[in-house]
Amino acid sequence: MVKFLLDIVSTPAILVALIAILGLVLQKKVLPDIIKGGIKTFVGFLVVSGGAGIIQNSLNPFGTMFDHAFHLSGVVPNNEAIVAVALTTYGSATAMIMFLGMVFNILIARFTRFKYIFLTGHHTLYMACMIAVILSVAGFTSFPLILFGGLALGIIMSLSPAFVQKYMVQLTGNDKIALGHFSSLGYWLSGFVGSIVGDKSKSTEDMKFPKSLAFLRDSTVSITISMAIIYLVVATFAGSDYIAKELSEGTNGFVYALQLAGQFAAGVFVILAGVRLILGEIVPAFKGISERLVPNSKPALDCPIVYPYAPNAVLIGFVSSFVGGLVSMALMIVIGSVVILPGVVPHFFCGATAGVIGNASGGVRGATIGAFLQGVLISFLPVFLMPVLGGAWF
Amino acid sequence: MFRIGTACGSGLGSSFMVQMNIESVLKDLGISDVEVEHYDLSGADPKAADIWIVGRDLEDSAGHLGDVRILNSIIDMDELKDLVTSICQEKGLM
Repeated sequence: MVKFLLDIVSTPAILVALIAILGLVLQKKVLPDIIKGGIKTFVGFLVVSGGAGIIQNSLNPFGTMFDHAFHLSGVVPNNEAIVAVALTTYGSATAMIMFLGMVFNILIARFTRFKYIFLTGHHTLYMACMIAVILSVAGFTSFPLILFGGLALGIIMSLSPAFVQKYMVQLTGNDKIALGHFSSLGYWLSGFVGSIVGDKSKSTEDMKFPKSLAFLRDSTVSITISMAIIYLVVATFAGSDYIAKELSEGTNGFVYALQLAGQFAAGVFVILAGVRLILGEIVPAFKGISERLVPNSKPALDCPIVYPYAPNAVLIGFVSSFVGGLVSMALMIVIGSVVILPGVVPHFFCGATAGVIGNASGGVRGATIGAFLQGVLISFLPVFLMPVLGGAWF
Repeated sequence: MFRIGTACGSGLGSSFMVQMNIESVLKDLGISDVEVEHYDLSGADPKAADIWIVGRDLEDSAGHLGDVRILNSIIDMDELKDLVTSICQEKGLM
């Protein structure tokens, strides 16, 4: 019996389904809704695992190519990829930390002056996973792992929106909505630098700016394009002959590299579908319960909520941030550290947000310089995480 | 059943939020037979919903979805309420 219960708790797919069911019961949903929600969450977790497999099949040969070409370790920073792979090992701890984190977030909002309820569910999931990995590597297990992990997550969920709230008020003109995105350090940096070097009166929105880059917001498109470029460059240096001989079983190295790039995007596509299934019941439950328990809460929402305030700054921010990522990559090659390849997706979403915030505090110059520094920051932060994650690196 | 779809870049955060807000507006209006779901821009099937609601910044990227209605601000509940109300009147749901 104990073994049976332990098996349930250590099967993350069942565990997240139980959390979703708990949320549905607390909301007094009818039985068919509870069954539907539980099953979708259960299957969603398994979809994420499937996507992780696709990604690994794409990344393993890439690692071999990269190593052969440069004799360095290259890291593709993609949240979905890393989290999905980590969930195969740290799934149960992640699920419990996520659940406790949401409980602590509600408690903090209820009893302190930090009234933020962090509603960006996929960020909560990714952060729960990262905390699970870091604390596990640091030697925590079982109950302390879950308790301290959940507490840490709850605190981050409450404080990270507070960090940038000053600039959100400046941007939106009210104090009702907050930003729920764990890159808030970068946004704060952008807002702060913008207010020092910038000139608020020269807004990005007074400029004429081409809208043609907007198609990059489609994540399948932007991931495929960026991964194709990265894979083809690496394949060029590794040599098509080497690839044909060692990896692709005779297929032309470039054709093979292109297919692997597409496979990476396919993996992310599958993972996103799975994450959507996992969160589909949990986030509304969290929102409903928090609204009942914390009367004057401020919802902290995903970063695209700021994009409509300054569509030009979105594109300027993305380009500046990506340039920051490229400059960082060059620096890493020079100093010979692990090379963090700039990912289009984080630079788009985080760069765009930094651009909008930088524009609000410092106009064109604020958006450009702020987003550039944000891009440097998100490139170097993973380097500092590597030693911590060392024992669990993928 | 009438279906409303929302969409954003990765189909995880802001489209989900708009979906939840539409659901609460529908509840306030006392309309129950409408299904709301969120999608990512590339995975969204135009046939998956009868009407699509996206933010102003995605106006140019969402044209392929068919009947697309634009929100100037995706966090303005009053604007959303007006939009959903007018859609329901238009489709004879209230």
